Amino acid sequence: MRRRTKKKNDRRIVIDRYRCAYCGACISVCKYNANELVETFLSINEDECNTCMTCIRVCPMKALSLEVKK
Amino acid sequence: MNYDVIVIGAGPAGSIAAKTAAEKGLNVLLVEKRQEIGVPVRCAEGVSKEAISRFVDVDRKWIAAEVKGAKVYSPDGTEVQMTEEMAGDEVGFVLERKIFDRYLAKLAGRAGADVVVKTTATGIERGKDGLKVNFRRMGEEFSEEAKIIIGADGVESRVGKWAGIDTTLKTDELEVCVQYLMTGIEFDPEYSYFWFGNEIAPGGYVWLFPKGNSTANVGIGILPKMAKLSAREYLDNFVKENYSEGEVIEMVAGGVPVKGPVKTAVADNVMLAGDAARHSDPITGGGIANAMKAGFFAGGVAAEAIEKGDYSKKMLAKYDELWKNDFGKSLHRNKILQQKLIKMDDKTLNTLAHSIAGYDLQEFSVKRLVTELIKKNPKLLWDLKKVFI
Ligand SMILES: Cc1cc2nc3c(=O)[nH]c(=O)nc-3n(C[C@H](O)[C@H](O)[C@H](O)COP(=O)(O)OP(=O)(O)OC[C@H]3O[C@@H](n4cnc5c(N)ncnc54)[C@H](O)[C@@H]3O)c2cc1C
Ligand code: SF4
Ligand code: SF4
Ligand code: SF4
Repeated sequence: MRRRTKKKNDRRIVIDRYRCAYCGACISVCKYNANELVETFLSINEDECNTCMTCIRVCPMKALSLEVKK
Repeated sequence: MNYDVIVIGAGPAGSIAAKTAAEKGLNVLLVEKRQEIGVPVRCAEGVSKEAISRFVDVDRKWIAAEVKGAKVYSPDGTEVQMTEEMAGDEVGFVLERKIFDRYLAKLAGRAGADVVVKTTATGIERGKDGLKVNFRRMGEEFSEEAKIIIGADGVESRVGKWAGIDTTLKTDELEVCVQYLMTGIEFDPEYSYFWFGNEIAPGGYVWLFPKGNSTANVGIGILPKMAKLSAREYLDNFVKENYSEGEVIEMVAGGVPVKGPVKTAVADNVMLAGDAARHSDPITGGGIANAMKAGFFAGGVAAEAIEKGDYSKKMLAKYDELWKNDFGKSLHRNKILQQKLIKMDDKTLNTLAHSIAGYDLQEFSVKRLVTELIKKNPKLLWDLKKVFI
């Protein structure tokens, strides 16, 4: 299922792997089931992610950020 | 192979559910996505002795320390103490979760459950009589059928959503946490410590749980909705102020649901237990005891349902009833308390603490502490009276 609108195609969530402590907090708040913790490896499915940024707000390690392509 | 029950997630909820169902003679599969059960730890490891003893014989191997109470601090440093002894014994355990979780999984295995690790449940499909669960194991996809699924997949739970129970948390329904295992610090090893305040831990608290002399879990939980900084930044500030002499020998991050009781933790053929059902406490963030209870109830109801050949939501509603009548009440009560507490500014928190400053309540419980506060501050806390007393 594609939820991203065209406008959002230039936005994506970036994971800082050096900061992520694979805690799962970001998974629990994602309405779109767009992310998954594969053991200690966080993956975000960009086709599902609507860049709502909720995961960025909850991350205890500040490991997530929004990237906007110009 | 066709299973009676597939339990997804081998934390305390899943292992106790699998153990309980297997002991009743069911054909059980317990699936864990990690390659090592219990690792990485996402826990401060504090739990009451009584809660643990209800389900397992205590084994020293997974006890790091024992405490007899708590020291609670308001923002201006006012101390209130709670000390409780049962027949001269400590009332609280600080666990070694790495060992504890594995021990519980072993009990499930010994009771007859099949246990697999490094295997992730990726979805469920409904069949005529039961469910098909899809798995991914080291790149290979496969599926297993079962009459009942117990979703014990923790804070990240997806099982509920697959079954139509929306368990997505909002930014004020989750405490996000960071914790350091610190060594070379000074504290009284007979007590757990709690610090409150909007500056140090908005919407949550800082804790210190002893793990032996001079070593302790020092951690923080905050409500993202109220926070200006990340949990790690708040904790670093606290540690710099208070325990700068210590060394950090382990780091933990995590999230604990503080949603309060969900309407239902069941769907046709599906039950959710523990953090997956948001069973952790909205005030303390404690979830081990409730997870074990929930697992026990779910395992028992699974056995009844299999015996009757009825796996409908209506049948499984008995499980809802069991957990709601047990710890559901305190989830409800503590959710109301949490809503009240997070609205208080530091001045109010100090006023409350002053009213019982220097007290030593002879009981280690939130209920006891709040009851005392209501007595001393009836106007301020009038709305809590009907739920607490
Ligand atoms: C920092 C922190 C401190 C805490 N401190 C305390 C405390 O002091 N005392 C206390 O009582 N509680 C505490 N808690 C809460 C406690 O850790 C949890 O409530 C408890 O672990 C819940 O147990 P559970 O079995 O429900 O879930 P978990 O222990 O989280 O187990 C869930 C398991 O499911 C697995 N899983 C997830 N998805 C899948 C899948 N798709 N397929 C297969 N397996 C899957 C996970 O890998 C995990 O092993 C704390 C939590 C945090 C984050
Ligand atoms: S919330 Fe942050 S630290 Fe936790 S898994 Fe997600 S990105 Fe990693
Ligand atoms: S930005 Fe929103 S949709 Fe995308 S992964 Fe984060 S929480 Fe999910
Ligand atoms: S790719 Fe293979 S060799 Fe490299 S870390 Fe992974 S398991 Fe080890």
